[in-house]
Amino acid sequence: MITLADYLILGGILFAIAVAGIFLNRKNVILLLMCIELMLLAVNMNFVAFSHFLQDMAGQVFVFFILTVAAAEAAIGLAILVVLFRNRRTIDVEDMDLLKG
Amino acid sequence: MTFDTVNLIPVLPEILILILASAVLLVDLYVKEAEKGTLHTLALIGVALALAATLLVGGGERQVVLEGHYVRDALSDALKAMILIVGLLVFVYSRDYLRDRGLATGEYYALALFALLGMMVMVSANSFLAIYLGLELLALCLYALVAFDRDSQRGAEAAMKYFVLGALGSGMLLYGISMIYGATGSLALDEVAAVVAEQGLENLVLVFGLAFLVVGIGFKFGAVPFHMWVPDIYEGAPTPVVLLLGSAPKIAALALAVRLLIDGLGGLQSDWQGMLVILSVLSMGLGNLLAIAQTNIKRMLAYSTISHVGFIFLGLLAGTADGFAAAMFYAIVYAMMAAGAFGILLILSRRGFDAEHLDDLKGLNDRDTWYAAVMALMMFSMAGVPPFVGFMAKLFVLKAVVDIGMTWLAIVAVFFSIIGAFYYLRIVWLIYFDKPTTDAPLTDSGGVRVAMSLNGLAVLGLGLFPATLLAICQAAFL
Repeated sequence: MITLADYLILGGILFAIAVAGIFLNRKNVILLLMCIELMLLAVNMNFVAFSHFLQDMAGQVFVFFILTVAAAEAAIGLAILVVLFRNRRTIDVEDMDLLKG
Repeated sequence: MTFDTVNLIPVLPEILILILASAVLLVDLYVKEAEKGTLHTLALIGVALALAATLLVGGGERQVVLEGHYVRDALSDALKAMILIVGLLVFVYSRDYLRDRGLATGEYYALALFALLGMMVMVSANSFLAIYLGLELLALCLYALVAFDRDSQRGAEAAMKYFVLGALGSGMLLYGISMIYGATGSLALDEVAAVVAEQGLENLVLVFGLAFLVVGIGFKFGAVPFHMWVPDIYEGAPTPVVLLLGSAPKIAALALAVRLLIDGLGGLQSDWQGMLVILSVLSMGLGNLLAIAQTNIKRMLAYSTISHVGFIFLGLLAGTADGFAAAMFYAIVYAMMAAGAFGILLILSRRGFDAEHLDDLKGLNDRDTWYAAVMALMMFSMAGVPPFVGFMAKLFVLKAVVDIGMTWLAIVAVFFSIIGAFYYLRIVWLIYFDKPTTDAPLTDSGGVRVAMSLNGLAVLGLGLFPATLLAICQAAFL
């Protein structure tokens, strides 16, 4: 029997991988977008697990909203990526150094 | 759920802004390039109408509608009205800049209006779901606006950084929300509050979720150590966008903090108080110290924002009704001061030239005495010099902190704000005692002078007579 704790641990691990990916990745901006997506999915895992074990539909409804927002967010992220590439001809994280103070 | 007048009347301001944003998108398709000014007029009229609607449906008892997801109370009335007023200022100030650079397209107005809508939803949210949707509507519009000048390398880079860190902040907030949902079994803030009052600190899942929530709020405010995005975005984004994202969203962020920490998790106050103390001290310290080293005025104002966020947190962490009112007062006042300061930068900019460096302010007094006076007024107010409103705002938050016995914190705050006074007064010095480097005319057609005068006089007038605004703020936390 899979318990609530198992789901939460899985969600926590996914979330940790995503956050670590954002901070450790020094190469490619697209990887950052993937990490952001993974982060939101980890949260979805939490919501669905809680929703199932609490017998409360609200959590699953929230997941639908998160999925929709994540799609919009990915669209905007990729659009910014296109603008960035057109202007700079590179999407390396290390090359994003015009703004420093 | 039924769509009857009981449900829809309180939401009227939001509905108006939504219609307006859609109308702007439609009208944009049919007006010629030379007549894009129509959009400006349309946006101004629409926002003014929404402001009128806010005041019309406002006042009276707290109303909870739309299945408990939406609340209209004294807090939401006041904050929404201020957001719309600041929105009006933003549109008036940024018209010339956008027109001179060919950026005054329907997309700018539509995105800015949807951002306003997002802020209004955040202010009126009564459940985690509504808060999240409002927050994302605001954030997605701002990401796109930062990259709005498509040929700007710095703009694109700033947008990418903002997007990644903003999404990280939303993710943290959402993870916290999922934990709190799990611990309390509800998304509605009042039900969460009831469960929290029952279980209190015993429930570790709740405390775990709270930590993530505070991190998310810190990201959205731009508090140290979650401030990395603020200076880069302020420097890289086009100035009208910085004007928008540096002013009104601070009010919305305050609403976010009030709804989540006070309305929802007020029972865990002893927990989040300590976290906010750390964020507040770090923000005031680092913000003020790093601002001194800046030569780019947008970057300097970014660090100044960070230090002001520290002061807003002071009021919140006090945990008393007076403290919350003081924080609200501070956020409203800060939005007005930021709008004025960035507005002056827009006036100084012209076709092919962006006022960005401290040197660009040199001798402003010789070029235009009135604008120089207004800018000096904004700087004195941000520095917290009496009798301007910035002083009053600082006084109220410090009083709230002293009242709960944290005098050491108040002393730290005063110490850092004295350090901070240096870089504000340096700008006043540049304006009055240096020779101008150029005599190019200022761009201020279309009521900019009137709006800027009102903005400046409000900062002075509220400083002399703060009682009215303070009473409004206190009424929100009765």
